[in-house]
Amino acid sequence: MSDYMDGNMLGGTLGELFSMDVTSATVTCVSCGASWAIAQTRVYPHAPGMVARCPTCDAVLLRLVRSPDRAWLDLRGVTCLQLAMPGS
Amino acid sequence: MAAVRDGWPGHLAGQHVDVRLTAEDGYSTERSYSIASAPPNGQAPSQTVELTVQRLPDGEVSPYLTQTLQVGYPLELRGPIGGWFVWDPGGPRAAAPVLLVAGGSGVVPLMAMIRERAAVGSHTPFRLIYSVRDPAALLYGDELARRAGDGLEVRYVYTRTAPPGSGQPTGRINAALIASAGWPPEESPAMFACGPTGFVEAAADLLVRGGQNPGAIKTERFGPTGGKA
Amino acid sequence: MGIVSPGFSGRRRSAGDKLPPGQYLVNDFPVLSAGPTPRVDTGRWELRITTETGQVHRWDWAAFQALPAEEPTVDIHCVTKWSKLGTHWRGVSLDTLLDGVETSAGFATAKSYGGYTTNLPLADLVDGQAWVAFDFDHEPLDPEHGGPARLLVPHLYFWKSAKWLQGIDLSDHDTPGFWESLGYHNYGDPWREQRYWGD
Repeated sequence: MSDYMDGNMLGGTLGELFSMDVTSATVTCVSCGASWAIAQTRVYPHAPGMVARCPTCDAVLLRLVRSPDRAWLDLRGVTCLQLAMPGS
Repeated sequence: MAAVRDGWPGHLAGQHVDVRLTAEDGYSTERSYSIASAPPNGQAPSQTVELTVQRLPDGEVSPYLTQTLQVGYPLELRGPIGGWFVWDPGGPRAAAPVLLVAGGSGVVPLMAMIRERAAVGSHTPFRLIYSVRDPAALLYGDELARRAGDGLEVRYVYTRTAPPGSGQPTGRINAALIASAGWPPEESPAMFACGPTGFVEAAADLLVRGGQNPGAIKTERFGPTGGKA
Repeated sequence: MGIVSPGFSGRRRSAGDKLPPGQYLVNDFPVLSAGPTPRVDTGRWELRITTETGQVHRWDWAAFQALPAEEPTVDIHCVTKWSKLGTHWRGVSLDTLLDGVETSAGFATAKSYGGYTTNLPLADLVDGQAWVAFDFDHEPLDPEHGGPARLLVPHLYFWKSAKWLQGIDLSDHDTPGFWESLGYHNYGDPWREQRYWGD
């Protein structure tokens, strides 16, 4: 059932939290160990918040909620976020 | 449609903007649209950003953008967004031949790449596989016809109705088509696939089965109906 | 508030005096989901209520369907601001399910097939306030709306009405669920507009 999109659509909201593009960042899934660029993760766009899931095992990688005055980011589904610094 | 933006910071081909519409009572909603125009070239930064919007019959934002929005109206945009699904003629793999695979409105960001290639005078060989229901659904038909040649090859795939008299069979993209209209794996192409989720995954799967390097395939999914979010 | 878009009104919606603050009425039934839709065959479906002492009460689909059911007509309010009034459901009241369950727990966590969780006080599940619903609008509940069965707790924001209900764990401790742990209000009363932490 392909009712998901991909992490490219997180670029706008994550871009408000990070000073650089994070759709190119690589995350490693805590559940299965697979590595994916955030742009490639499976994103379910219709929810009270944004949820990105692992394309390999469907586990939740990251979650994001926006209210008018706050944002909450949960990265517990990844071991880490790897970003290439600009100018590299 | 083109939006005029003072101090548009420039963008890379493949990036998008998030458009937010707000009603007078405060209700608001947001959609992503790929930037169709090539990045500004030359000394003067461009003042306009071009978006291509397809009106979805039961859409909420596209009817407004295609029928209500008028010249002079304000439009709230956020962007440019995205650093992964981009083709940069000055980037490290800029010389690799490029395969673009478009499903429906997924052609928009790929068109920005084609326009960028022309704007900077790049000779990087480009091949576009563009799948639509029927000829009436083609975007940029005339422009693609004009730009074809000089290293740009275009193959159209019609899933329901081919142009009358063309004798072209209808059907979805398949392994034979990818092999004949794409690049052989030995060329180590850079590949971009964009369109509805199902289409993009079928395309990526065909490319990998055809021996392509999965790490060289970049995808952007527009969701099941073809519109982003 | 963002820049107003002249002439934009969005999907058909209206404010109404029967609505909690900030809500608007919709004609359709939006589907919100944080993951793939679970496909649960009623042949393997099971509902479990687990008490704070570890006692498990189970119903398979046949046993569940054999319980007396009610047909509540209720208003529902989503935290994303849409509301629907007078929605028709058929379901088993939590009072029926909890009858015979020995507990002194204060809190409940509803758990869904697929991993979703939401928490609420046990007091909000009893006294005719909640059902495990399996029909909507006189039809079996569609998987995209939470079928085979979902929790229905209309007096709280609809994220508390867990879809694809698999179990309810009773506890002396309150454990924030999927959205409650990421900014959404722990209780979620639409009439006091308790959308986010601190509201």
